[in-house]
Amino acid sequence: MGAVSAARPDLRLGAAVAAAKLTALGIRRLGRGGGTSAPGLVAERLDPGLLTKLARRLPRGAVVVAGTNGKTTTSRMLADILAADGCRPVHNRSGSNLVRGVTAAFAAHATLLGDPGGDVGVFEADEAAFPEVVRRLQPCAVLLNNLFRDQLDRYGELDTVARKWRAALTTLPTATAVVVNADDPGLAELTRDLAARVVPFGLAASDYRLTALPHAADAATCRRCGHDLAYDALYVSHLGAWRCPGCGAARPPLVVAGRDIRLDGVEALRVTVELNDAGRALELTVGVPGLYNVYNVVAAVAAAHTLGVPDATIVRALGAFRAAFGRIERVAVRNRTLTLALVKNPVGCNEVLRMLTLATAGLTVPTLIAINDLDADGRDVSWLWDVDFELLADGSAPLFTTGLRGADMANRLKYAGIPTARIHPLPCDLGPALDAFVASIPEGGTGYVLPTYTAMLRLRRILADRGAVETFWKQ
Amino acid sequence: MHLTIGWLYGSKMNIYGDRGNVLALARRARWRGIEATVREIGLGEPIPPGVDVFFFGGGQDQEQIAVARDLQGAKGEALKTAVEEGAALLAVCGGYQLLGHEYRPHAGEPLPGIGLFDLVTVAGPERFIGNVVVDSDWGELVGFENHSGLTTLGPGVPPLGRVRVGRGNNGRDGTEGAVYRHAIGCYLHGSLLPKNPALTDWLIAAGLGRRAGPATLSPLDDSIERAAHASAVARAARARG
Repeated sequence: MGAVSAARPDLRLGAAVAAAKLTALGIRRLGRGGGTSAPGLVAERLDPGLLTKLARRLPRGAVVVAGTNGKTTTSRMLADILAADGCRPVHNRSGSNLVRGVTAAFAAHATLLGDPGGDVGVFEADEAAFPEVVRRLQPCAVLLNNLFRDQLDRYGELDTVARKWRAALTTLPTATAVVVNADDPGLAELTRDLAARVVPFGLAASDYRLTALPHAADAATCRRCGHDLAYDALYVSHLGAWRCPGCGAARPPLVVAGRDIRLDGVEALRVTVELNDAGRALELTVGVPGLYNVYNVVAAVAAAHTLGVPDATIVRALGAFRAAFGRIERVAVRNRTLTLALVKNPVGCNEVLRMLTLATAGLTVPTLIAINDLDADGRDVSWLWDVDFELLADGSAPLFTTGLRGADMANRLKYAGIPTARIHPLPCDLGPALDAFVASIPEGGTGYVLPTYTAMLRLRRILADRGAVETFWKQ
Repeated sequence: MHLTIGWLYGSKMNIYGDRGNVLALARRARWRGIEATVREIGLGEPIPPGVDVFFFGGGQDQEQIAVARDLQGAKGEALKTAVEEGAALLAVCGGYQLLGHEYRPHAGEPLPGIGLFDLVTVAGPERFIGNVVVDSDWGELVGFENHSGLTTLGPGVPPLGRVRVGRGNNGRDGTEGAVYRHAIGCYLHGSLLPKNPALTDWLIAAGLGRRAGPATLSPLDDSIERAAHASAVARAARARG
């Protein structure tokens, strides 16, 4: 089954690819949004071997990117770097990262003769899909960002996810690279003693340290002996230079390390990334904000370096990088400027709040928080109680809430100690809520909008109706 | 007046946003001019005297095993004594299960509980996930369940209430949770207390009342809480009704 001859077209594969393309076309004609997963379902039905067959035909192999936070941004960065290196990346770019989303993206690139339509794959996989995506793609590298508590009602508890990841990782052969955030104690443990080549990355910075584990942190205990972990430096949630006073386990030596971080508000970041295996360092300036994006940058550099991309190409591609749909973006509407940032779980939301309040010591800009509880958001809104909304208690800016669970959000703000005079519950319908929010901002002023995933999709559409932004799948 | 809240294993048993319950108890006391102190009670630390309300949340497998071990012996006995003497308690999910007689997993040894509630939990084949609405003596309660353990109450143990939407203790008998004296156990995340303020106030009043006789709490403006409650009930009815 090794090499596949292009002279013998695989009819089943061709039919599946064709069906996926037609489905995607049909969905767009009907104006039903991005069409990012239904084509995958159709293709899967016709040829369950589609992913495996196409991946085998990628000359430079496939990379699977996984982790609770940052996988979309990181995989976009990596795809941009590989494109700058002269590759044609096949990439599930609009953030549909279940098995069917990966299948749909691959089928969209492929030809009816079974040519994968590119020479390298960069696929992000969600936590639950990761083992299956790895099994089907047989990647040349996997990039593991972090493993946080997220949408537990969909994934099962973290321990279960970790066990399934470990099982998938142990099947990888020695030729595969496992590029892993070693600042995450749980991931470091999951990637211990693998047959595959492990490339640990992390931060070795003297600034931007936390003084205590935030409430939302997950893995503060040693996965080997159960002792509470100690940190020589703690950066985001439970990520940092950790060690176990009980059994002596510790963060493995970093092959790729970020240091000398400079955060420039909601605009950009600078970081020096050391490539310890090569004895070199890269100076990077990237147009994305926040410490969590420093991790994304270091992750993308580690993966690109491992795949053999030259330093100068990495620096150039990241210098030109623009944020993914909805992660952070700025739009102009009715003479006001809105900064939109996706919030989807405690750790990501904490980092967004940290970013919004870091420079100004408290919240100074009117903010709309839009919380939905549809499947893609996670149906359980309990996670709002793990977020440190107490950070918003400083400052006097008004806080508006909307979405299917906007009322829960308003209640969360009240119990965060924010005076009720600052809390403005708006209707759960996002259109009228957005209009009321925009009208409350003086002309020429700015506002922050923090939506969950499906609220973001809907708000994009509403903003597009008002002439503010283009729809995301055109990016 | 002073309210002491004892948060059992706060740094270990803290998944699903159960911290909101502790925030609700403390805030609603302070809004009435009652001082509130939160004391975390960790692994190896004894039950301190003078706790008015205990909270015990859910954890993941590894944490749950360590906590079950820690509660065996003197510590579990001290907790039971505090409840016998009138302290209030709320236990959710994992905490609820560990206060029963035992938890029997699919494979391996049963996890011993302390028998504060007369109930037994057995690992089930299915995970119950979704919004829950319960009719109870505290009025309509709304929360979110996420468990595969099937809990059966002993004879004579009153449930917290009857499920109107959702699966509850075991998906069969229509019960949710359990009540013993001023102790309540249940599967309701959400967080539960912030959007069910009548239950919160009952726990505060019961905890305070054990020393000074029945306490009456001054009323608060609960319009934001009521809106959160109503929207959660509406979502529950829509998704699972």
